[in-house]
Amino acid sequence: MQNGNTAHIWKLLNTIPDPEIPVISIVELGVIRDVTFTDKSYTILITPTYSGCPAVKTFTDDIKECLKENGVRNFKLKLIYSPAWTTDWMTDKTKEKLRKYGIAPPSNTVRCPQCNSKNVEILSEFGATACKSMCRCSDCLEPFEFFKCI
Amino acid sequence: MNSLIQYTLRIADSSLILGQRMSQWCSNGPTLEEDIAMSNIALDSFGQANGFYEYAAQLDGSRSADELAFKRNEREFFNHQLSEQENGNFGTTTVRNFLHDAFNFLFYTELASSKDETLAALSAKSLKEVKYHLRHSSNWLIRLGDGTQESNMKVQESLNFLWQYTGEIFEMDEIDNEMLDAGVGVDNNKLRKGWDEIINSTIEKAKLTRPVDGYMANGSKKGIHTEHLGFLLAEMQFLPRAYPDAKW
Repeated sequence: MQNGNTAHIWKLLNTIPDPEIPVISIVELGVIRDVTFTDKSYTILITPTYSGCPAVKTFTDDIKECLKENGVRNFKLKLIYSPAWTTDWMTDKTKEKLRKYGIAPPSNTVRCPQCNSKNVEILSEFGATACKSMCRCSDCLEPFEFFKCI
Repeated sequence: MNSLIQYTLRIADSSLILGQRMSQWCSNGPTLEEDIAMSNIALDSFGQANGFYEYAAQLDGSRSADELAFKRNEREFFNHQLSEQENGNFGTTTVRNFLHDAFNFLFYTELASSKDETLAALSAKSLKEVKYHLRHSSNWLIRLGDGTQESNMKVQESLNFLWQYTGEIFEMDEIDNEMLDAGVGVDNNKLRKGWDEIINSTIEKAKLTRPVDGYMANGSKKGIHTEHLGFLLAEMQFLPRAYPDAKW
């Protein structure tokens, strides 16, 4: 029955939302580095976004739950640190999802996710989560979060 | 104890203790933004410490990362004395972190090319975070130093006081030398030049005066600390020691 269908595992993982930003999946976030199948068992390589990101615990639990619910029991999760996670791994499609959700996606030019203005100011480099800064648009005056480049 | 474990523990301990200090600002920050910033930095520091503790625990084989953090006594901790210094006022915290961040930035930059793959990976990861910690503490140092007469006086006083803890961060003992020879560790002496450049240029922008080197405290590599560490550990370790089986 278990024939090592890694594409199926990727598909399942792609249904798990990021615990903090539910519009993107943990696969789109880039924290799943690889899925391999050896000795009748899957190994899922995970990397943390930030060293202290509390979401890591949540999404590893979510992965276990999701796979078990879908009848996959022969797997193990492995946390790796190299290469260090980077926002460069996000695709343009993922970035667009963030923007629509109201978070300015990682970019060298910060644009207001509401009115697209480049006339913005950073209020604080630290936001509600480690990965975001707090900004304000000087044109439409809306405050917004910016997903930091790292 | 194995030198590599000891070397790894020293790094982990400084991150943990500084993280604990930063967490003490949570709900006490001067503004909401700063409160969040300092809590974020605390979280990064704990995360970095955790990575190094997990590695030390794996090498050690008999103690878990949690046991290393919560079941060792003061004399078994090897964090820089600088990291355990009290938060004081916001300026004191800014100066302490700035001196520490400047060192950490250079240290992790070097350790990222260690022959030990795990230390190298953890350092490359930590470096990304330490970069913005340094930016944060530098910006505040400049703002406070080049602020009002009062703020300038306060950060200058903190700088003068904390200066005595900047000597030992560069010290090399037999473990450091052994790790350096093995291509694993960093030559701290080589970091001095870069550290001086960061410190001097920032201090100048902040309109502060670099203190003259005088008495320099040391001993943390042997587990000798200032009186503050014991109190910090008593608070930090209370729960797992009082309720050894407690689980989240």
